[in-house]
Amino acid sequence: MASRTLRIDGLTRVEGEGSVKLQVRDGEVRSAQLRIFEPPRFFEALLRGRDYTEAPDITARICGICPVAYQMSAVHALEDALAIEVPQAIRDLRRLLYCGEWIKSHALHITLLHAPDFLGYDSGIAMAREHGAAVRRGLALKQAGNAIIAALGGREVHPVTVRVGGFHRVPHPRELAPLAERLRWAREAALETVRWTGAFEFPDCERPYTFLALRHPQNYPFNAGRIVSNQGLDIPAQVFEERIREHPVRHSNALQAELLGTGAYLTGPLARYSLNFERLAPIAREAALAAGLGSRCTNPFRSIVVRAVEVLHACEEALSLIGRYEVPAQAACECEPRAATGMAATEAPRGLLYHRYDLAADGTIRLARIVPPTAQNQAAMEEDLRRFSGEWLSGPTEMLRRRCEQLVRNHDPCISCATHFLRLEIDA
Amino acid sequence: MRPLESHRRVIGLGNAWRGDDAAGLACLAALRGRVPADVALIDSDGDPAALLEQLSGAALVYLIDACRSGDLPGTVHRVDVAHHPLCLPNGATSSHGLGLATALELARTFGQVPAQCQVFAIEAGDFTLGAPLGAAVRTAVERLAQEIQCRLSPPRPARSGSEV
Repeated sequence: MASRTLRIDGLTRVEGEGSVKLQVRDGEVRSAQLRIFEPPRFFEALLRGRDYTEAPDITARICGICPVAYQMSAVHALEDALAIEVPQAIRDLRRLLYCGEWIKSHALHITLLHAPDFLGYDSGIAMAREHGAAVRRGLALKQAGNAIIAALGGREVHPVTVRVGGFHRVPHPRELAPLAERLRWAREAALETVRWTGAFEFPDCERPYTFLALRHPQNYPFNAGRIVSNQGLDIPAQVFEERIREHPVRHSNALQAELLGTGAYLTGPLARYSLNFERLAPIAREAALAAGLGSRCTNPFRSIVVRAVEVLHACEEALSLIGRYEVPAQAACECEPRAATGMAATEAPRGLLYHRYDLAADGTIRLARIVPPTAQNQAAMEEDLRRFSGEWLSGPTEMLRRRCEQLVRNHDPCISCATHFLRLEIDA
Repeated sequence: MRPLESHRRVIGLGNAWRGDDAAGLACLAALRGRVPADVALIDSDGDPAALLEQLSGAALVYLIDACRSGDLPGTVHRVDVAHHPLCLPNGATSSHGLGLATALELARTFGQVPAQCQVFAIEAGDFTLGAPLGAAVRTAVERLAQEIQCRLSPPRPARSGSEV
């Protein structure tokens, strides 16, 4: 029996450290493993015994790229436990903060991590020599996202103003005015980025994903909505654990997730977009269609275009939120601790991020559960590798390695979160 | 003057909570009040996009960071990055790994490296979470602050009759 093993040790241009191992028998890919060997980080254990007010700041430290997502899921879960309903003005500010994080995270991934795959470069620096304008534009877009986070959060990374019930401090409208000017530029830059990425060449790789994302009656989802799938799932975050199970696998330090009765599923931009296309701002919808996307996208390579569309939506949304901003009557609601359990899911740049907290009567965290998007997407990424890598087995190993890395990068995994990430190992 | 309007900038990089990794920030703190008013002192977390902005439009930039090359803690390495690349660290391939070297090479690609641009890298000994600066690094920080202060301050006019 002819067999072959392909190993990619140290996947590049992903967040964190991991590797890929393909097992090939008789010219067919028999198995694909995404190996996350970053050590476990024990954040859930670290939260036990801490006061509930500390959770937003502790969980923000899980990631330097998406700290806002951790803060948002934490505060919403704790507000669920404490039966706090924050006013719309606070919800709007949280959406604005989240826009900043989406712009920052997506712009960085598009520009320095993902685009080099399509244009044939090993790195963003190498690409910048011939595509300088696009790289400058991408980095300036990222800075526009950072500026939102700094204005609302006090600093660009690990914001310090978020608290259960609202914010420690809310901005004066004059602090947001300079952001609007920058975001008008960013909106044009995002539109240009949609056109730029839409013109890349994409392999013909479609597959029938089970998509999972938040869905809100009016808005493209950030902080609120029910968890829905394209297979009929429609649940509140409170029953997430009844429908989604995590389990350990030998080859990864991150737990893998499955939707009971369905199996692997995908969360993140492709899922959000395909389940919420009509909730996008008109400018983003039109740009998506003009760039060749339909109202659903099942080609993982086109995720770079979807991310650009989401950046455009976030710029438009941020401008709208700033335009109607009025200082909230209260920066934060009063919070009274009680023995309770609370759950929430929000949409991190990479996908659905679920938190659950069990609190004691004095507000001490008795148990914390965090299910990050990359952990949920591991099985879907392995399935991508199994289904698509066979196409490239007959070609040079270097091309196979590049394609396999790209298959993983399509989903922008954050191994620091999942626990961190990439090495390719082919066993044939 | 806003920091990015100044033509002379000193940028300190590092993590204040990781022992000797704070050397660049400590040196920046030591320089406060000791350099001419036109010199901007800028804290940086090393984000390459932010560093690109901080390098842009300057005539002179000194970057101070901690490093680990195997030399004794407190050793100060000086690299003229206006004319020489700073070695990219192995594995600088995720956005968690992007930092000063990436920012400088992107700036070079875009023609944004200032005419005078120097990296001062202070050899670190201990990156323990929450640890203070080690003694050797503390000494190096103060010496380097004096050196940079001298470089940035205009020479004092010679006092008449002082020559012997």
